[in-house]
Amino acid sequence: MTQDAQDAVGDYKYGFHDPESATIRFDKGLSEQVVRDISELKEEPEWMTEIRVKAYHHFMEREMPTWGNCDSLAGIDFDNVTYFLRSSDKTEKDWDDVPDDIKRTFDRLGIPEAEQKWLGGVTAQYESEAVYHSIREDLEEQGVLFLDMDSGLKEHPEIIKKYFGTVIPHSDNKFSALNTAVWSGGSFIYVPKGVHVEMPVQAYFRINAKNMGQFERTLIIADEGSSIHYVEGCTAPTYSTDSLHSAVVELIAMEGAKIRYSTVQNWSANVYNLVTKRGVAHKNATVEWVDGNIGSKLTMKYPAVLLKGEGAHAEIISVAYAGEGQHQDAGAKVHHLAPNTTSNILSKSISKNGGRSSYRGMLQVTPKAAGCRSKVVCDALMLDEDSRSDTYPTMEIGNSTADLEHEASVSKVSSDQLFYLMSRGHTEEEAMGMIVNGFFEPFTRELPMEYAVELNRLLELEMEGSIG
Amino acid sequence: MGENMTDVLLRVENLHVSVGDTPIIQGISLEIKRGEIHAIMGRNGAGKSTLANVVMGHPAYEVTSGTIHYKGQNIDDMEVFERARAGMFLSFQYPAAIPGDQVGTFLRKSVASVRGEAPSPRAFRKELNEAMKQLDMDKSFLSRYVNDGFSGGEKKRLEILQMLLLQPDLALLDETDSGLDIDALRIVADGINAVAEDTGCMIITHYQRLLDLVRPNFVHVLIDGKIVQSGGPDLAIKLEKEGYDWVDALV
Repeated sequence: MTQDAQDAVGDYKYGFHDPESATIRFDKGLSEQVVRDISELKEEPEWMTEIRVKAYHHFMEREMPTWGNCDSLAGIDFDNVTYFLRSSDKTEKDWDDVPDDIKRTFDRLGIPEAEQKWLGGVTAQYESEAVYHSIREDLEEQGVLFLDMDSGLKEHPEIIKKYFGTVIPHSDNKFSALNTAVWSGGSFIYVPKGVHVEMPVQAYFRINAKNMGQFERTLIIADEGSSIHYVEGCTAPTYSTDSLHSAVVELIAMEGAKIRYSTVQNWSANVYNLVTKRGVAHKNATVEWVDGNIGSKLTMKYPAVLLKGEGAHAEIISVAYAGEGQHQDAGAKVHHLAPNTTSNILSKSISKNGGRSSYRGMLQVTPKAAGCRSKVVCDALMLDEDSRSDTYPTMEIGNSTADLEHEASVSKVSSDQLFYLMSRGHTEEEAMGMIVNGFFEPFTRELPMEYAVELNRLLELEMEGSIG
Repeated sequence: MGENMTDVLLRVENLHVSVGDTPIIQGISLEIKRGEIHAIMGRNGAGKSTLANVVMGHPAYEVTSGTIHYKGQNIDDMEVFERARAGMFLSFQYPAAIPGDQVGTFLRKSVASVRGEAPSPRAFRKELNEAMKQLDMDKSFLSRYVNDGFSGGEKKRLEILQMLLLQPDLALLDETDSGLDIDALRIVADGINAVAEDTGCMIITHYQRLLDLVRPNFVHVLIDGKIVQSGGPDLAIKLEKEGYDWVDALV
């Protein structure tokens, strides 16, 4: 790593990279041919190729988004991105069969260990494709499908054809078009009626190569009365040039079903993280986004829920940590489209060393959505004078029976809090870490314990060397 | 107590302290030995809390002249956390809330920091249970957030709980009795008495009622940042009866 890059990112503990060992690497840049080549390489059905090509043309014509911190997007050089990189010829079911260098990476990230202890299934994606995948036998026996998206398309094309792009069409925005054109990897999950997947299933996304673009595509369908908790983690090495991560995640919760989707995003500070995440909740269904953004250079991500059926519920808890040179432009969108639907949004952000965090929210209540309730709470914590925090709430209320609450607060760490904690034997950095962890607690308590511990440790590391 | 120098925990000599340009403490000298209880009394604004805070190292207070020695060492350059680890403890008049940090975790971390090593979970649980029982505190305290939404009395109990666990050599108790009803006062006083024998205590208070339960060896009256009168327990009783007017005449 160059000294400049090191200075830019500080002590990012996942910033190591392994030698690249691509078996197939496409030239940089995007064209219709690249899109067709990806599809052909994956031996996809023609309808998928057509979807990709259509999305590609839409991407080329589409303006940059206007929702979000759009000026910063000008820094992306789409011609300098590698759109597809295969690093292993197949997806393995046994870690011992995963190529050594890649397996080492995931060992260092603690994935095989976590799998043994507390997960119902794991997908590990390295660059463009999954290198490892497994699901517990008991889940498989109950008919739960958990595959990487490429295998999903091969083995269950009828389900994918039915749902792919129904929640987030390619024309949703420029980056959903890009993802639809060049998607690779991601997870495909189907939970049959009435099945409750008790242990979380996890996907881990790792970018290793320079100037890499990762475009995973995830589709989760929870059939009537079923439930699942999906956990996603991600890291990348630290390079002085930028990488692009642009995922699309579609969730479909049928009547009475519940999907929880938890993310701890910890990309290195050279990654543009531009993700479209949206779920549909049918009658009495629940969609929950638990979304943590610690890393990246720029994140623009606004997990959304369409409350389509009566009595549906959305829960969105997000935290963002913006350090030096980082902008976390995160938030939530909830669309109340049916009567008696409810939503809770809790957003917490921390800015430090000139970092910038924004909450950008959309709350829509359509005229036919009578008797809705929604509560939005945004709390920002500033650790110094140089940092910045903004709130951009948008509300479109078309029904006067809606019961809406919105609270926002910006606070600073007080010298009284620091003195109190230091008088109990804690250094200033430790005290700061305790205050920060406490501030994020409403988020961390929603995570599986192992993740919560890891996140707290991460935040404590971020506080080290931060007191000047 | 012998006259051994190591028994002198705190020696304050001709201390002057300012906040910004405002002088608050204007020449205080005081010595506290292990096993002694010193009561500091005086009206609001006399500099009582400033004295406790400056000894603990609060960054807002500037020592303009004079010295503070702790266990024979000048502590001018010691950070707040170093003072805590060296055995000093301040029970706050207004303890800060730390939302999101659970009391149980906070106590365990603080004990580990001050002692320099984490106690075994089992030993710590036992210790904690005993201390909480002594202070008549419910276990549900442990899962609440530190001082967040606590009543005045709950905050003071948590302060004393910390004192019992941290086992300080020097305890500075800043209006620990305010906001307590008589039952709570008795419990808190028992807590102070439990550590007092092995500790040097500075008790800041307005009222005689705590001193009925925790017998001071010395009482000092502060006016305008100076000790104008020192005496035994009788001095506190006289103040309770006659107020401060007669002391004003001494200035």
